[in-house]
Amino acid sequence: MSGKNYRKGGTVMTERKLPKLHFWSSFFVLLMITLAVVLFKRYTQGIGAISNLNDSMPWGLWIGFDLLCGVALGAGGFTVTAVVYIFHLEDYKPMARPAVLTAFLGYLMVIAALLVDLGRPWNIWHPLVFWNPHSVMFEVGWCVMLYTTVLFLEFLPLVFERLGYNKQVHFMHKYLTPGLVIAGVLLSTMHQSSLGTLYVIVPEKLYPLWYSPILPILFFVSAITLGLAMTNVESFLSFRAFGKRLEAPLLRKIGAATAVMLMVYLVIRIEDLLVHGSLKYAFKFDMASWFFLAEIVIGGIVPMVLLFMKRIRRNPLALTGTQILVVLGIMFNRMNVAVTAFQLGTGSDYRPLWMEFVVSMGMIAIGVFLFSLAARYLPVFPEGPLTDAKPKDPFVELGKLR
Amino acid sequence: MSTYALLFDQSLCIGCGACEQACQSEHDQRPHKPDKLDHDSFTWVEDLGHDQYARHLCMSCENPTCVSVCPVGALEKNSLGPVTWDAKKCIGCRYCMMACPFEIPKYEWHEPNPRIRKCDMCVHRVTKGMPTACASICPTGATNFGTREAMLKEAHRRLKKYPERYTGEVYGEKEAGGTGVLMLLTKSPSESDLPDNVPQHDMPHLTWNVLEKLPQIIPVWGAFLGGMYWLGNRKNEVAAHEREELQERGHGDD
Repeated sequence: MSGKNYRKGGTVMTERKLPKLHFWSSFFVLLMITLAVVLFKRYTQGIGAISNLNDSMPWGLWIGFDLLCGVALGAGGFTVTAVVYIFHLEDYKPMARPAVLTAFLGYLMVIAALLVDLGRPWNIWHPLVFWNPHSVMFEVGWCVMLYTTVLFLEFLPLVFERLGYNKQVHFMHKYLTPGLVIAGVLLSTMHQSSLGTLYVIVPEKLYPLWYSPILPILFFVSAITLGLAMTNVESFLSFRAFGKRLEAPLLRKIGAATAVMLMVYLVIRIEDLLVHGSLKYAFKFDMASWFFLAEIVIGGIVPMVLLFMKRIRRNPLALTGTQILVVLGIMFNRMNVAVTAFQLGTGSDYRPLWMEFVVSMGMIAIGVFLFSLAARYLPVFPEGPLTDAKPKDPFVELGKLR
Repeated sequence: MSTYALLFDQSLCIGCGACEQACQSEHDQRPHKPDKLDHDSFTWVEDLGHDQYARHLCMSCENPTCVSVCPVGALEKNSLGPVTWDAKKCIGCRYCMMACPFEIPKYEWHEPNPRIRKCDMCVHRVTKGMPTACASICPTGATNFGTREAMLKEAHRRLKKYPERYTGEVYGEKEAGGTGVLMLLTKSPSESDLPDNVPQHDMPHLTWNVLEKLPQIIPVWGAFLGGMYWLGNRKNEVAAHEREELQERGHGDD
């Protein structure tokens, strides 16, 4: 639809290129140069040269943000494909491709970040040959490897379609997709939860507000919640950035589903704290308590209540804003487990060095860059006019403004 | 056969640091007085003041947490007792450092090819039937080497004989399910700068309790998902078939 003119209120509005393009591209180039310098330092002088990680804080920003948040943000991939291909809610099909692409690129960026964080990244393939099935990390390693392969295969039809290999696309959809989707859900179930299991072995090192023997369940349920919320956020961003069609009625339903999942998650989370007698730490009103309350109230209860309100779900901006709050709340939870709770539990001294942020931001930037390339050259979004959206739809009105 | 163990008696330690020196020369490290455990110091005699000292070193757990968490099995519990690290396997994920309840494994933060560094209970000596360097050099008998059985027996003998001297427990008998370094303490663990919140059971079962359930959960979950796919698919097929039939009938009526 680019290059088309929209007539609104008598004036002709021509779609322009984003005016901020120059700012973003120069920011991107600068970031990439800095990243290259930081990485050179990393691979010649060690991790200590570019981070504040130390013997008492062996995992920091990279594990918390790049690994835990990165994998959780990729949950949209398995959530949406399961909804479409397993539960046959075919209405959501237009969202499957962007979700798979986001997850695929997200996992590639997670692996890229691991190549920075691992001390001996050239050995990253070792779990394939040196087995220790008792290790949660072994399981995570295998699952991430296998699931990235699954995502690649789910992504492949986009490339085939672009190249005109219609026979292969048909073959893949008919014979491979169902199996791949089921495998993807199973692998995601395992590693989304296992990222929580990683911390089950340190009961004495994790502050009680974040430690739980059922961390795997909490991580899995919140990953699905986050996957749903991310689907909305992605749709909105694609709509803003690429002028793609927005499936307003679907997003409303996703909003309602997110509210339900969030409610389930919050009930498990709070019940778990009650059972272990840890809820009292929430009302000490020290730093830990404020972090916890911010995570649960601002990032959980508030968006849940808002999502249950019809008024919010019917307003596209409010809906997406609320979903962003859900995303931030669950990301905050991952950061709290990985950094806040570990620091409070062990008294470790750690504040990320600016170069650690450069690595994390660099990964996001590369991911966004690759996504925009794919969005431009591959059939990621369904084509077609906005005909099947209702005429009075606020999303459509918003689209016309652009 | 029982594994080997060290018995450290805090009441006999004079803080001479001979064990530190012996350890460093045994592991080809530069001679220095450590002020903490790090990649260059596998043992550290900490001055607690008032002529009291604490020894820090790898506790060589009976069922080590580090061994269970290592994704590639780079850490191993030697059948003789030492916990060793294999440079050829390690990927540098540092999960061992995260998980160790005694915070023992240390890392070469400023090396491009970093190693996990920690006391290996002089595995090269122990396999030859010799005691660890620290135990052989200790001038006061504060550090002793022998089978874990014998060391534990000796510890309890001393506890019984000098009940007023010690805290009353053998540190390491139950910590993390039992360790290969046993300590008779005159000061409490926290006063001796040792972790005092280590669970009195082994740690690996915490994550194994979760992992072992996967073989039960995943097939059921997979069967459910496959079944849901089949049900939906069938529903769609039936609907398509009915549509076809309806169309055919429509034609017939004409």
